[in-house]
Amino acid sequence: MELRVNNQVFDVDVEPEMPLLWVIRDMLNLKGTKFACGIAQCGACTVHIDGEPVRSCSFPVAAAEGKAITTIEGLSEDASHPIQQAWIKHQVPQCGYCQSGQIMAAVSLLAKKAQPTDADINAAMTNICRCGTYKRIREAIHDVAGTTAEFYQA
Amino acid sequence: MNKSATNLSRRRFILSSAAVSGGFALGLNLPSKAQQANQSNDINIWVEIRPDDTVTIKYARCEMGQGSMTSAPQLVADELDCNWDQVRIEYVDVNEHVRMERAWGDMVTVGSQTIRNSQDYLRQAGASARAMLVAAAASEWGVPPSEISVANGVISHAASGRQSGFGALAAAAAAQPVPANVTLKDPADWHIIGQPFPRVDIPASVDGSQVYGIDTELPGMVYAAIASCPIFGGTVASFDASKASTRKGVIDIFTIDGNAVVVVADNWWRASKALQEVEIQWDANGNGDVSSEDILNVFRASLDATDAAPMPNNAGDADAALAGAQKVVEAEYFTPFLSHSPMEPMGATVRIDSDRVDIWASTQAPEGLVSELVNALGVPQESIYVHRVQAGGGFGRRGGSSDFARQAALIAAELPQGTPVKLLWTREEDTQHDFYRPLAMYRVKAGLDENNMISGWKARIASGSILNQMRGVPLRGGVDFTAAEGFTDLPYQIADQFQDFKLTPTHVPLGFWRTVGWSQTPFAREQFIDELAAAAGEDPYHFRLKHMAQDELSRHILVEVANAIGWDKPPPAGNFRGIATTEPYGSFTAAAVELSVNDAGVINIHRIIQGINTGHMVNPDNVSAQLEGATVWALTAAMWGEITLEEGRVQESNFHNYRMLRMSQMPEVETVLHATGGFWGGVGEPGQAPILPAFCNAIYAATGTRIRSLPLVHHGFSLA
Repeated sequence: MELRVNNQVFDVDVEPEMPLLWVIRDMLNLKGTKFACGIAQCGACTVHIDGEPVRSCSFPVAAAEGKAITTIEGLSEDASHPIQQAWIKHQVPQCGYCQSGQIMAAVSLLAKKAQPTDADINAAMTNICRCGTYKRIREAIHDVAGTTAEFYQA
Repeated sequence: MNKSATNLSRRRFILSSAAVSGGFALGLNLPSKAQQANQSNDINIWVEIRPDDTVTIKYARCEMGQGSMTSAPQLVADELDCNWDQVRIEYVDVNEHVRMERAWGDMVTVGSQTIRNSQDYLRQAGASARAMLVAAAASEWGVPPSEISVANGVISHAASGRQSGFGALAAAAAAQPVPANVTLKDPADWHIIGQPFPRVDIPASVDGSQVYGIDTELPGMVYAAIASCPIFGGTVASFDASKASTRKGVIDIFTIDGNAVVVVADNWWRASKALQEVEIQWDANGNGDVSSEDILNVFRASLDATDAAPMPNNAGDADAALAGAQKVVEAEYFTPFLSHSPMEPMGATVRIDSDRVDIWASTQAPEGLVSELVNALGVPQESIYVHRVQAGGGFGRRGGSSDFARQAALIAAELPQGTPVKLLWTREEDTQHDFYRPLAMYRVKAGLDENNMISGWKARIASGSILNQMRGVPLRGGVDFTAAEGFTDLPYQIADQFQDFKLTPTHVPLGFWRTVGWSQTPFAREQFIDELAAAAGEDPYHFRLKHMAQDELSRHILVEVANAIGWDKPPPAGNFRGIATTEPYGSFTAAAVELSVNDAGVINIHRIIQGINTGHMVNPDNVSAQLEGATVWALTAAMWGEITLEEGRVQESNFHNYRMLRMSQMPEVETVLHATGGFWGGVGEPGQAPILPAFCNAIYAATGTRIRSLPLVHHGFSLA
């Protein structure tokens, strides 16, 4: 099966029902995409398929064949994507484990809506962060978008 | 118990002897690294300076998002008077640490201890290295050391105009005698301590390059999935692997420790799928009927037990005071078992070779991994090599017990020598085989006199004991002080008090869960203070203050938080407030919550003020981040958190039924940071302590409903 990941083509010999996450992590050795729940609840495994955020732990690899898959490693060569830079500027990550997924979700949100409202952020950013970095995630997204948080105004 | 003092003096001795003599007395060659290649210079075990002026500071503890991999080296760098830009941070090698009789002190990263318990020796290490650089410069320049100054990584002699960077003098400094005594700076002179430097580990967390235990990849590695007995204390009666063993990639299927079935395969997903097809018969060993209701009944009996252990701080005559009180208030509170659920599930990679054992695992206790492998494999501790990685959350799960390391070692022992095996738990395994935050019940009773001052206070705490159950540590006078923290030293002046502790063990494994006793005792204590204020018809903030006249530090942070939310001005119509104060982990924290609740019980949190006084504060931005995160942690537990049992099995399994707060529910959190000096308080855990009672007190203010048990979903509340 041919997979196109981060603009590279890989030939993998796997069962069609194997979740894309495990192909990415254990066959292609791209470890930035994380496993946390396995049931598409938390979003730690979020990658883009043709630009759409997908929870790869519950997405069979066969369904990704022939599509453009982007992982956190493919977002930029040198962590220069504005969202990555904003994540550093706002010191978003704590343990960092969920942040690949958070960043992929945020990039997808901004691609669709360059100036998201807080409601847009709430709707798009459904990934779980056990460390509780949501406040800074929101601030970083607003920073990139040039918008301000209305959510916090009483 | 003078163990820590012994360790400290030993540590000081080793630091000195290693630097002075090359450590030959210990069979070690620390400075020889510099002599060999002239590329590095270990000034002491914490500080290495390279010819290019790079300062490498060693970090002994773990990093799991709490930030001390940055803040602990700030302590060294400040006394060293280098530039922060010169600093590189490296983990201490665990094997070297073991061989040097724990020269770097505690590695375990628990109890919000890293800064407060190592600040003294870390600052001394920096000051000592600085003094040795000064001595080297004085010797080389032929001037008295007292005329030499150091600032921003430059060593200067003003009179002669001579200057040097650190690198040029490092080799000479390493040869200087270690000063017997160093004077630490006045806090007013700190220039790196107190600065909000960006965390050094964050860049790797934004591009996927951060390495966690789960990311270990080794040549020839195989993968293991595990199913432990779903009933605590149960064992494997039998299993049928005939179907599973035919699946693609499966290498072996076996049991370990008699209580878990393991599938090893060439890929973790394949192992995991095959495991689902192993038919396992479990032996419940008598625990197969236990339900949460059974456990609650045991705890209810503990509240009435006549053999509870009195606490050492009891004073006066509580019964007499209560008998003479104008009003008496009594309430019982209940906090459930909780799971840690860090985002990275438990797991470890182990490789056993003929002469060494290597382990890669996310941990809070590198030495705990060593102990587990010694116990599991019977190998000497010097043969164990722990590879250090970031932990994908810890929250106490990876500190008290390293059960996952034992499992990985036992699995590796079943495989051909030299085969690395990566064990990874599913989320379900993680949720159902935790060491849970203890379930506890509290009964509190107090009186009010004619001036509405508290007159007589009694509290009964019923809880299991983490250390007693996990490690057989005996209770001191029958009291588990981690379960009782929050009640042992009240900030309120109450002359007549009697509190006691009833140990209530169950078969459910217990562990240190972020903020430990302080995650639950304030739910009872600080709500009960509100109940007393309500009985007195007084404002709960001012009712607290009038009982805190003698506790300046507790008062201080409470007042700052009340001022920050504007307590004495009414909130907008329809909004209500709650407040609470706590004294956890050497810090002082208080919180105020403003919310509204609609007729359907939907809670809308408008503001949360989180205040902390850490005494000295190393990295303020990180302190804010920890308070923000602790708020999410507390609200999650308040709204949804409970682990329940039916037929001996944990019912919750994954994030769909063990819910987490998400972005849309994240309230505004404003942090109020104070560093009044004079002490070193913890940071990672204290923020949580006041949130839960402040939140519940606000719900009471809004609805008149007093929350005496958690989680809130059982009281008809939800979060907007």
